[in-house]
Amino acid sequence: MSRLRAFGRFWWDFVVGDDWRVAFGVVVALAATKLLTSSGVNAWWLLPAAVVLLLAASLRRATR
Amino acid sequence: MILFLAVFAASAVEAVEALTIVLAVGVVRGWRSTLVGVGAASLVLAAVVAALGPALKHVPISSLRLVVGALLLAFGLQWLRKAILRASGYLSQRDEAVAFERERAEAAATGRDSASAMDWYSFSVAFKGVLLEGLEVAFIVVTFGSTQGHLGLAIAAAAAAAVLVVVVGVIVRRPLQRVPENALKYGVGVLLTSYGVFWGSEGAGVDWPGGDAAILALVGFVLVSSFALTWLLRRRRVAVRLSVGQA
Repeated sequence: MSRLRAFGRFWWDFVVGDDWRVAFGVVVALAATKLLTSSGVNAWWLLPAAVVLLLAASLRRATR
Repeated sequence: MILFLAVFAASAVEAVEALTIVLAVGVVRGWRSTLVGVGAASLVLAAVVAALGPALKHVPISSLRLVVGALLLAFGLQWLRKAILRASGYLSQRDEAVAFERERAEAAATGRDSASAMDWYSFSVAFKGVLLEGLEVAFIVVTFGSTQGHLGLAIAAAAAAAVLVVVVGVIVRRPLQRVPENALKYGVGVLLTSYGVFWGSEGAGVDWPGGDAAILALVGFVLVSSFALTWLLRRRRVAVRLSVGQA
């Protein structure tokens, strides 16, 4: 069980890293982009803006 | 060209870190078991690329770009976040000499099973070091290569960087302290994030203004934004120091 947990922990750290909110925010931003493009809006601006905001928020948390 | 640069830089950074571990263990405990560990890890990494690369060709391109975009963003933002924290002074810069000494002290302090021909400590440290440092490069190679249809070029870029670092390491027989690791990590973070945004958005159905040329604008945007964030953090750090000094 502990090996399984260590294996899961490794992949979590590998993909998600130090701040899970960034990975979660990326998924939400991609889903929102998909939703908007499905409704006919060419939301090319959404992901670049989301990435900078997510990075800024993560850095703020890390340096507080 | 950007594909080659991104994979080459990512591979070079990880190879420098792996080399530090391998050198420290090899110098203290001998080379045979250490090199067997390096070889075994390299085989696993080659198997990951060989298995995932062709498999991804069967995934529909829009789904592939969405997943690859999300993965590149996850990796890219981690690299960029750490590079910005280091550049602004909130995290200490990685020092290969310090890492080398730490690994060397651990290797010297760990006992050896004299009955066994194989030194399992050397094997496992070298195996783990190369595998962990190389796994991210393997993913970058597979995702970049498959999405752009240039898997061979991505593999060549990663291999060229690894060979270059190993050759220089063998010549100098010391950890490579002069490689500007943070600058390289910064650059790789910018490129991975920009491509992540580009492919992730395309996978989600976005039609980029300017077509493929939008990637250049994205690289510029991410670069300027991360420089601005680094500058703001530096300013804040100085302001906090001054206020502590005055108090």
